[in-house]
Amino acid sequence: MIGDYFRYGISNLRQQKLRSWLTMMGIFIGMAAVVSLISLGQGLESSINEQFESIGVDKLFIQPKGIFGAPTTEVNPLTTKDLKVIESTSGVVDAAGLSIEAAKVEFNDVVRYVTLIGFVAEDPLIEEVYSYDIVEGGKLLKGEKSKVVLGNAFLDEDLFERQIRIRDKILINDIEYKVKGFYETFGNAPDDQTVYLPYEVVEELYDVPDEYGFLIAKVDGDAEAIGGKIERKLRKSRDLEEGNEDFNVQTPKELLESFNAILNILQIFLVGIAAISLVVGGIGIMNTMYTSVLERTKEIGIMKSIGATNNDILGIFLVESGILGFIGGGIGVLLGVGFSKLVEVGAANAGYSIIKISFPLNLIVGTLVFAFIVGSLSGAVPAHKASKLKPVDALRYE
Amino acid sequence: MKTIIKLQDVWKTYHMDEVDVTALAGINVEIRGGEFVAVVGPSGSGKSTSMNMIGCLDIPTKGKVFLEGKDISRMSESGLAQIRGRKIGFVFQTFNLINTLTALDNVMLPMTFQNMSRGKRLKIAKSLLTKVGLGERVDHLPGELSGGERQRVAIARALSNNPEVVLADEPTGNLDSKTGKEIMDVLCNLNKKEKKTIVMVTHDNSLTKYAQRVIRIKDGKNVGG
Repeated sequence: MIGDYFRYGISNLRQQKLRSWLTMMGIFIGMAAVVSLISLGQGLESSINEQFESIGVDKLFIQPKGIFGAPTTEVNPLTTKDLKVIESTSGVVDAAGLSIEAAKVEFNDVVRYVTLIGFVAEDPLIEEVYSYDIVEGGKLLKGEKSKVVLGNAFLDEDLFERQIRIRDKILINDIEYKVKGFYETFGNAPDDQTVYLPYEVVEELYDVPDEYGFLIAKVDGDAEAIGGKIERKLRKSRDLEEGNEDFNVQTPKELLESFNAILNILQIFLVGIAAISLVVGGIGIMNTMYTSVLERTKEIGIMKSIGATNNDILGIFLVESGILGFIGGGIGVLLGVGFSKLVEVGAANAGYSIIKISFPLNLIVGTLVFAFIVGSLSGAVPAHKASKLKPVDALRYE
Repeated sequence: MKTIIKLQDVWKTYHMDEVDVTALAGINVEIRGGEFVAVVGPSGSGKSTSMNMIGCLDIPTKGKVFLEGKDISRMSESGLAQIRGRKIGFVFQTFNLINTLTALDNVMLPMTFQNMSRGKRLKIAKSLLTKVGLGERVDHLPGELSGGERQRVAIARALSNNPEVVLADEPTGNLDSKTGKEIMDVLCNLNKKEKKTIVMVTHDNSLTKYAQRVIRIKDGKNVGG
């Protein structure tokens, strides 16, 4: 019986091709938006989680306050003294410092401004954080003062209009360095566009003796508790009041949580907007079904005269509007998947290959079921109206 | 012969713009099994309303309608639909086929509403269409068929659930006289060879010659015979 409703509904929708398509368009635009936003959101979330996992959740980051990249002149930099304080905190297994500067890089008479990171070569903690492979050449070794390792983006021949190769000489802040190797891609553009130098070289190059952009502490135990301890000890050694710290200690977990919180709010907001378009699509279905009931009043009368009960008529119209929703939803899913894939490819081309879109089966199935329900619900009122028509009146209708 | 349908002092009043219009004023009709009965009357006489009563399409304001001895005048809409589907086959003046469905699907539709399996429906529908001479045109849409052919499809559809009564409302009204005669022959054959009960509602006195009995209606009441 229900199979007959489907056959009948499909043959009816075929008769009104243009109208059916327009109605479904109302649904599939909304569905495509929901599917792509959810899959993109989940992709972003998992890529952020992945990045944090690659650093490790047992790391703490200590930064001068107010910066998240290059330090400005106003901040009070972190020094070796601070590093020692951190190292002496119980629960801290190892600690290391990095410097972050902005650098002018010149090669083949082309000048680029990029980020520069200075770290202590062969430091085990640094190697753990930068656990990426060198794809060409070799990594920085202790005591190498005139060598540099470059991020993966420097392998792009367009960057300096000529391919940089191992042992090529590049100018950093007008001083010559020899390229020793290239990292594999980190999956995000800023880190790929960074030059990596030994810490001592950076101290000299920028004339910033004993100054770190941020410190990393590897801990064993409750990262948050140890973070609190580090904060107290640093406050004491830097002679600061509580609440007036010029540094902050962050655990990856905290960072991750705040990222995810923002991402979730953003997702709910965007999916909410997309949901509104679904409601509009549902109203479109309702309108189409009302028109259809009106046009087919006589047909309803005929079916009733040959034995269709009210429930049969209700079923026929519900299934028909459900099909509109379901096919609309199906096309919406395909479009949404396609759009997300485009974004993924686009992001990869822009240097963010870490964004991986996933389409969980329950998202797809859920969307289709939801679309069918939206369709049927929107058709419910018109279908009810159709089922209540009196056969005599319906037959007389022209 | 046993009585199949009986209208007993049936009244029907419609409310139209605060005015009550009486369509039937105490009509009595009795249809017995195997008969070919013509219900004849001028337009506005109430014959369409009486057809609705005989066909269980409507319930009376007053009076009783019996189908095989059972009073159906107080039945629910869905109960009536079930009865219509099983016991009565309709043939309308304007054919009333569903234009989006093929001849075969049209004939299968009443059986669908009786939850018959698709295989059985197909078999019955094909044999009925062959019987009315449309065995070759089962896959045509109504729009691709002539008026006479459409009425044949409608007759096949009316027979699909093997009903007690075939109720024909002006079956030749939209056909030329030659085609009309052919359709009347089909109905007569059903009555004679298959002993089907036929009730024909018409304003056309010339059609009464096909019927064994004539019921005349005027102003919502029986006239004479």
